[in-house]
Amino acid sequence: MKALSQNRRHPMVGVALLLLGLLLTGGLYSLASNINSASAYSESDYTSADNIADGEALFNANCASCHGVGATGGPAGPSLIGVGAASVDFQVGTGRMPLQMNGPQAQEKQAQFNEEQTMQLASYVHSLGTGPTVPEDEYLDTDHADVDLARGGDLFRVNCAMCHSASAGGGALTRGKYAPSLHGVDEDHIYEAMITGPQNMPVFSDSNLAPEDKRDVIAYLKEFESQGYPGGASLGSIGPVAEGLFVWTGGLALLIGFMVWLTTRSS
Amino acid sequence: MGEQRHGDPGKPGAVERVGDDSGNFAIENPGLPPHRPRITDEDPRAAKRAERQVSFLFILSIIGTLIFFVGYFGVGQLPLDETNMNIIRLQNTMLGLGTAFAMLGIGVGIVHWGRTLMPDHEWVEERESVTNEEDRSDAAGIVNDVIDESQIKRRPLLRNTLIGALAIAPLPAVAMFRDLDNTGNQSDDPAENFGVERLRHTMWDTGTRLVRDVSGTPIKASDVTIGSAMHVVPDGLLDLEHDKLNQKAKAVVLLMRLNPDAMQVSEGREDWNVDGIVAYSKICTHVGCPIALYEQHTHHLLCPCHQSTFDLTQECKVIFGPASHALPQLPITVDDEGYLVAQSDFHEPVGPIYWERDPRPAEERGA
Amino acid sequence: MSVVQDYQASTRTGKIANFVDTRMGASGIVKEFGRKVFPDHWTFLFGEVALYSFIVLVLSGTFLTFFFDPSMSDVVYDGAYKPLYGVEMSSAYASTLDISFEVRGGLFMRQVHHWGALIFVAAVSVHMLRVFFTGAFRRPRELNWIVGSVLLILALAAGFTGYSLPDDVLSGNGLRIIDGVMKAIPLVGTHLSMFLFGGEFPGEHVIPRLYSLHIMVIPALIILMVAIHLFMVVVHKHTQYPGPGRKNSNVVGYPVGPVYAAKAGGFFFIVFGIIALIAGFLQINAVWNYGPYDPSPVSAGTQPDWYIGWVDGVLRLMPGMLGDFSFLWHLPLPWGWNALPMGVLIPMLPAGALILGMVLWPWIERGVSGDNREHHILDRPRNAPGRTAAGVAGVIFYSVMWLAASSDLIAVYFKMSLNDVAYVLRVLIILGPILGFIITKRICLALQRKDREIALHGRETGVIEFSPEGAILERHELVDQYRLYELVAFESRQPVPAQPNKKGKVGTWEKFRAFWSRRFYEDRVEPISSQELIEAHSEHDQQRRKLQGSVATAVRELEGKRDDS
Repeated sequence: MKALSQNRRHPMVGVALLLLGLLLTGGLYSLASNINSASAYSESDYTSADNIADGEALFNANCASCHGVGATGGPAGPSLIGVGAASVDFQVGTGRMPLQMNGPQAQEKQAQFNEEQTMQLASYVHSLGTGPTVPEDEYLDTDHADVDLARGGDLFRVNCAMCHSASAGGGALTRGKYAPSLHGVDEDHIYEAMITGPQNMPVFSDSNLAPEDKRDVIAYLKEFESQGYPGGASLGSIGPVAEGLFVWTGGLALLIGFMVWLTTRSS
Repeated sequence: MGEQRHGDPGKPGAVERVGDDSGNFAIENPGLPPHRPRITDEDPRAAKRAERQVSFLFILSIIGTLIFFVGYFGVGQLPLDETNMNIIRLQNTMLGLGTAFAMLGIGVGIVHWGRTLMPDHEWVEERESVTNEEDRSDAAGIVNDVIDESQIKRRPLLRNTLIGALAIAPLPAVAMFRDLDNTGNQSDDPAENFGVERLRHTMWDTGTRLVRDVSGTPIKASDVTIGSAMHVVPDGLLDLEHDKLNQKAKAVVLLMRLNPDAMQVSEGREDWNVDGIVAYSKICTHVGCPIALYEQHTHHLLCPCHQSTFDLTQECKVIFGPASHALPQLPITVDDEGYLVAQSDFHEPVGPIYWERDPRPAEERGA
Repeated sequence: MSVVQDYQASTRTGKIANFVDTRMGASGIVKEFGRKVFPDHWTFLFGEVALYSFIVLVLSGTFLTFFFDPSMSDVVYDGAYKPLYGVEMSSAYASTLDISFEVRGGLFMRQVHHWGALIFVAAVSVHMLRVFFTGAFRRPRELNWIVGSVLLILALAAGFTGYSLPDDVLSGNGLRIIDGVMKAIPLVGTHLSMFLFGGEFPGEHVIPRLYSLHIMVIPALIILMVAIHLFMVVVHKHTQYPGPGRKNSNVVGYPVGPVYAAKAGGFFFIVFGIIALIAGFLQINAVWNYGPYDPSPVSAGTQPDWYIGWVDGVLRLMPGMLGDFSFLWHLPLPWGWNALPMGVLIPMLPAGALILGMVLWPWIERGVSGDNREHHILDRPRNAPGRTAAGVAGVIFYSVMWLAASSDLIAVYFKMSLNDVAYVLRVLIILGPILGFIITKRICLALQRKDREIALHGRETGVIEFSPEGAILERHELVDQYRLYELVAFESRQPVPAQPNKKGKVGTWEKFRAFWSRRFYEDRVEPISSQELIEAHSEHDQQRRKLQGSVATAVRELEGKRDDS
C-alpha cells in the first residue's frame, strides 16, 4: 500500500495521465470524424413524388420554423426557392443545417439527417424551383482518365487558395467568418460548395469553372490529401506561424533542458 | 549600506574601478563554498558505472550512424512511387533519427564524462584591466612617432591630395551598381524600357478582352452571375514569352457582378460597369498582395496578407485595415461578339503607393 | 635560445607537437587558453546554441548550394512530384522540388537548414535578452553589445534572403510586400525597389541577387562579427552571477581543459542532434504545396518566418483610414504631386525605434543611472527593477507586433473576429508596455522584499511549533552564509537628481534624464545593512533560545510532576 501511494506521488504520473487522456480524446475524435460515405442516389430519386412528399413532411417539421412553410423564407431564414438540390445536400449533408446557433456563419457538425432523409429534403426543395442539381458521379471521379492534376492545382491556387489556404487548411474572413478546412471533405460536398456558393463563398458556376475544371480541383485536393506529409508531422499545415511557435516552445524547451542538465553539478 | 557609489555623469570616461567588493555588503564575501565530493569521486564502483554509461552512449552514436546509412542506402533503394510520399517520409525520419542518435550519443556522452569523471573543482582566475596606463602612454608615443616620421602633418599638400584621392576612389565602385536597375536594357519598344512611368501602365487597353486566368478563355456578360467571382487577366498575357510575370503583377483583375441597385456609382463612372458587372484591380493598394477573398453576401474584399478590407458596393473603398485608398476600377464594356472588354487602361496606377505616384489625370499632370 | 631547437621529442605525437610549436608558437596559445576559466550557468549557453546552429547552417547550406539553381528562367517541371507535373515554373522553384524529392537526403538537408535557421535566430534573440536582463552589456562590454545587435540584424537578413529563394507563392508574396514597403519610402523608394528587382516587380533578377547575398555576403559578415564577438569575450573574460567567492575582480568557473572543453564541445553535438531530431520528425516549409510564384494567387495565412513577423504585424496594426481621413497624403510640389503613404511609413517608426533603442541601450541606461563603472558581476533581474521593467515593456511591445502577424490565425483557431483581434492589439501595443513596466517593477520589488525577509528572518520551514505558553510559531531557519551572501550582495541604485551644468542652469535634457532616473530608481527596497542583519539574527537567536528555554522548563516541570506521583 505504501509503495502504491509513493508511486502515485511520482511527478511524472500527472503528465502521463494528461498525455493518455489527450491521446484517448484525440483518437476517439479522429475515429468519430472519419465516419462518412459517398452518395448513392440517382437523378430519378430526386424527382420521385414519394420522396418529395416525404421531404415536405421533414421540411415542415424541421426547417419551416425559419425558412417558412413552402420555403418562401421567414424572418430567420432566407427563401430556398431555386437554391437547388445541390445546396440542400451540401448544407444538410455537412451538418451546417439545421443551424445550431446564430453566429457569423453556420458551423460544420455531425449531420442530423441520414442520407435518405437528406435526399428527400433535397428533392422537396428542388421541386419548388430548379437550381443546381447534385453532381453526376462522372464529375466526382478523381481517377477519371481526363483528370489533369497540375491544372487542378493551378485552378485551386488562383480560385481557392486565398481563402482556404494553399494547403487547404482554411483561413480567416472578416468579422468572425472563416473559410473552412477542406481536408476530409467528401468529393460531392466540395463540388456542391463550388456550384452553390454557400454562405459567403462566391459561386463558381459552370460558366466560370466547367464541371471538368471542378473535377480537376477535387482531384488535386484528394491527391494532396492522400500523399501525406513527406517531411514528417505537418504541425497543422498552417505554415511559418506554427513552425515559429514550435521553435519557441518545444525547440527551446528541449535545448534548455539539455542546458540545465549540462551545467548542474552531478550528485 | 549607506555607501552609494556613482560615476560622475558630467565626466564621461570617469571610472571608479570596483576592485574587491568586500565591505560593501551586509556580510563579507564568504569565499567559495567547500567542495562537495560526488558519488563518482568517492565510490570507484559509481565511477566505473559512469564510465560504462559514457561508452554505452558512444556505442549508441555508432548505432545512430548505422541507422543513417540504412535510411540512406536501404530505404533509398526502394522504388519511389510517384503518388506515395511515404517512402520519402520514412527516409527523412530515419536520416533524422540516425543523425540525432549519432550526434546526441557523442554529445551527451562527452558531457556525462565531463560531469561525472572529470574534476569539478572550481577555479578562480584574477581579472586584469582591459587597458593600463603604461601601455597607453607607450602606444601614444608610438602613434606620435609614426605620424612624425610619416611627415603627414608637416606636408599638408600630401595629406590633402591623398584625402581627395581616397574620397573619390570608391565612387566608380558605387557607380558600377547603377545597372542593377536594368537601365542598360534598352529595347526598341519604349514600353519595355526602364522608368517609373511604367508603373502607370498595364496591358489593359481599349478593346482588350477579359479572359479567365489559367484557361485564357474570353468571358460573356451572361457568364458572370450574381455571387460569382472571376480571376481575370488581359487577353494575350498568358501567351507572352517575355515579361509575363511583370505584366501579370500589374494587370490581374477580379470580376464580380452586383445587383445594380446595391451599387453606389460615383460621377464619371456610370458606364464603367456592364449591368452590375464590375472589374477591380486585384493588387492591394497597401503593399501589393493579391486581394482575392470575395464575400458574396457582404460584398467585402479582404486581403489575406494584412487584412485590408474593401467594400465592393462603395467602389472598393477601404473599410478596415492598413490600406489607405480604394482599389482602382477597370472600366469595362461589351464588344460586338458579346464578350467583356476593357474600355481603356486603369485611370490611376495600380498597386502600392510610390513617391512619384500622382493621382491626377494625365492632362492635369501635364504628361 | 637554442633550447627549443635542441629539444628532441621521443614520441611521434611529441614530434608533431614540436614541429607545430616551432613554426607557430603553439605553446603560447595552449598556455593562454588551456586552462582559461569559464563561469558555468545554463543561461550562458544561448550564445553557444547560436554559434553551433550557425555551424550546422553552414554545413547544410553548403550541401544545398550544390543542388540549388538560383535562376528565374522558365522551365516546365518534369520531376517526381505529380501534382506539379507540366507546370511552368522558375528553375529556382524546380530545383527546390528536386532537392526535396529527387536528391537523396535532400529533403532532410532542407529541413535541417530551415529548422536550424529558426533556432539560430531564436538563440541569438534569447541570448540578447539574457545579456540585457542581467546587465552584461555594461562597461566594458558596450561594444560587444553593438556587435551582438549587428549579428541579430544580420541573422534576420540571412533568414529573409533564404526564405525568399525557393520562389514559391508564399515567399513571392513576401517579396512583393518588401517591394511595396520599399516603394513607400519617400524620394528614393521607387528606385530602391527597381535596383533590387532589376526593374519592375518581380523581374528576373531578384532571386540570383538574394542568393549572392544569402550564401556569400551575409555569412561572411556573420563570421567576421562572430570572430570580433569572441575576441572581445576573451579580452573581457566572461561575466558571472553574484555569489560566494565571486568578485568583480575575478572569474570563477571551470578550466577549458578538460571540463569546459568537454561540456562546450559536447554541447555542439547536442545542438546538432536536436536540430536533426526536429528535422527528421517535423515538416517545415512544404514549398510544393504553395506552387510556383505567380502574381495572381495568394494563400490564406500568408506569413513570414517568425523573426520577420513583428515587422509584418506592425504593418497590419496601422489603420489606413480613420473614418474618411486617409493616411495617403499627396504633396503638391512645384514639379507635380508626390505621394506619402503614411499608412506604411508610420508603422516603420516603432519598428525602427525598437531596433535603435536596443542598439543604444547601454548609453541610455548609463544616462539614466549615471553609472560608468566596470561591471563583471551580473545583476539578478529583480535587483535592477528599472531595467527589468523597461526590458519587459520592450518585449511586450515586440510581442504585440509579433502576435499581430498571426491575427488571422488567432481569429480562426480561437473562433474570434479578425477585426476584434486587430482592435484589441491596437490598444495593447500602447497599453501593454506601460502596464508591463509598472507591473514588472512591482514584481521585482516584491521579490526583493522576499529576499530581504529570507536574509533577515530565515526560510519558512513549514514546521509549526506550539510553545507551552500557547503561542503558535512557525519555525524559521536561517540560511547559511553562502546563500545569505547571494541575497545581500547587490547594489540598490538611487535616482540621480537633475544636476546643474557649468553655468549653474538645469537644462531640459537634464530634467528629462532626471525624470527617467526617478521612474527607474525612485521605488526601491533598502538593501540590508550589516547592523540590521546582526540585530535580526540576534533577535532570531533570542527567540529560539526563549522557545527552547520554555520547552525545557515545561519538560522539567512535567518530569517533576511524574517524579512526584
